[in-house]
Amino acid sequence: MISIDPQLVKDMVASGKRIDNRKLDEYRDIKIEKGFVTSAEGSARVKLGNTEVLAGVKFGVGEPFADTPDEGVLMVGAEFVPLASPDFESGPPGEEAIETARVVDRAIRESKVIDFKQLCIKPKEKTWMVYVDIDILDNDGNLIDACSIAAISALLDAKLPELDEDFSIDTEKERTKKLPITGVPISTTIARIGNKLVVDPTLSEELALDSRLTVGTFDKNGEIMLSSMQKGGTGGLSLEEIDKMVSMAEHAGKKIRAAVLES
Amino acid sequence: MTSDFTRIDGRKWDELRPIFASVGVLNKADGSAMFRLGNTVAVAGVYGPRKVYPKHEEEAERAILRTKYNMAAFATSERGRPGTSRRSIEISMVTRNALMPIMFLDEFPRTAIDVHIEVLQADASTRCVGINAACLALADAGLPMKDFVASCSAGKVGDKVVLDIAGKEDTEGELDLPVAYYPKKKQITLLQMDGITTGKEAREIIALAAKGAEKIYEAQKAALRTKY
Repeated sequence: MISIDPQLVKDMVASGKRIDNRKLDEYRDIKIEKGFVTSAEGSARVKLGNTEVLAGVKFGVGEPFADTPDEGVLMVGAEFVPLASPDFESGPPGEEAIETARVVDRAIRESKVIDFKQLCIKPKEKTWMVYVDIDILDNDGNLIDACSIAAISALLDAKLPELDEDFSIDTEKERTKKLPITGVPISTTIARIGNKLVVDPTLSEELALDSRLTVGTFDKNGEIMLSSMQKGGTGGLSLEEIDKMVSMAEHAGKKIRAAVLES
Repeated sequence: MTSDFTRIDGRKWDELRPIFASVGVLNKADGSAMFRLGNTVAVAGVYGPRKVYPKHEEEAERAILRTKYNMAAFATSERGRPGTSRRSIEISMVTRNALMPIMFLDEFPRTAIDVHIEVLQADASTRCVGINAACLALADAGLPMKDFVASCSAGKVGDKVVLDIAGKEDTEGELDLPVAYYPKKKQITLLQMDGITTGKEAREIIALAAKGAEKIYEAQKAALRTKY
């Protein structure tokens, strides 16, 4: 993938333009394909412009955490596999992969749209473990948003397996039960390039940004609520900029949620 | 915001826990400091500017800033597993991002500045206390800095917005929002949030955390003056 000189990106953004002709507050096209992987209990392939990620949900039966003895367990992981970018290396997840997975996890978990109590099988002893693993296939920027869309889409696609008498998964029985999810939490990233704010940065724009803010939003009885925030990048943001970024994220989140619900 | 209530530990809604800061607490490190906010205690040690190992991390034009946040196994009520965790890797990263804006890294090309933060006792806001200690340690190491960044958190307990959540408020609270604040530029260099709120309320909470950080900033300056 050809990356464009950060200075050129900055100059363009300064004059209100973007290299892919988008408006500063315009999100890239989103394509969501649920049920892409038949071996997973839920999955979604997401294309965000030229960024492509694939999320798969697997279930296990495990012991609940001591501080939440009557709740299910959610775990989100992101794999920045080397086929997706010349800058990704094999090996254990680096800090960017860890940050991406944890930010995606928090937006979903903190929104409380998943009723974890319903995922408990036997308090203190047995509970559903919900694993969301996301593979990055093609990196053209804004992996947090792409992974967030893929994660919630895969969770909405997932169906719980049936259990036999000794609480192990019965692979023979048909899966019919969906997860208890009551909303669509979405992470939306806004970048500051120079003194302009742009939504959904591409890879070339990420190389030119000095700060970004990812905001988790969801819809609760028609009102947009926030569930998480994460500032990235090595610059600082003014309170006014943060305010604008939150509004931009709230606005863009609506389009993304509609795309997730339609898929 | 009306705020005529007393918190579990007796504080007012916009009151920080007691602060204690001390500079130059270690012998081997080039700079060091301890910062205490209530029952959260962190010590930071700075090494550098020094040679970069591994060599390929070296930058021709500037120093690299490396930050390591670690929590002692005994810092929490349940023993923590020693060593790196996904949590500590993320906190190390946001800590570095929080400190970058105040550093003059161009002054020391081909070197590394290493900041090690050890949380000795944890009662919420450990990343904030770590950043506060790290800033003082960087100054103690004699490194040129544009300013300090001061860090603290604000959040929500029940429906009430409060500064510097601690103890039961942390385990039972609805929302936690740590910030790091760069007072001279009035900029936020770290911002995270967990919990449900509206855009409008988030703004109030961020502003409250920034106000708290200004008080931390005064304590940092006072601690440095005591030493030098």
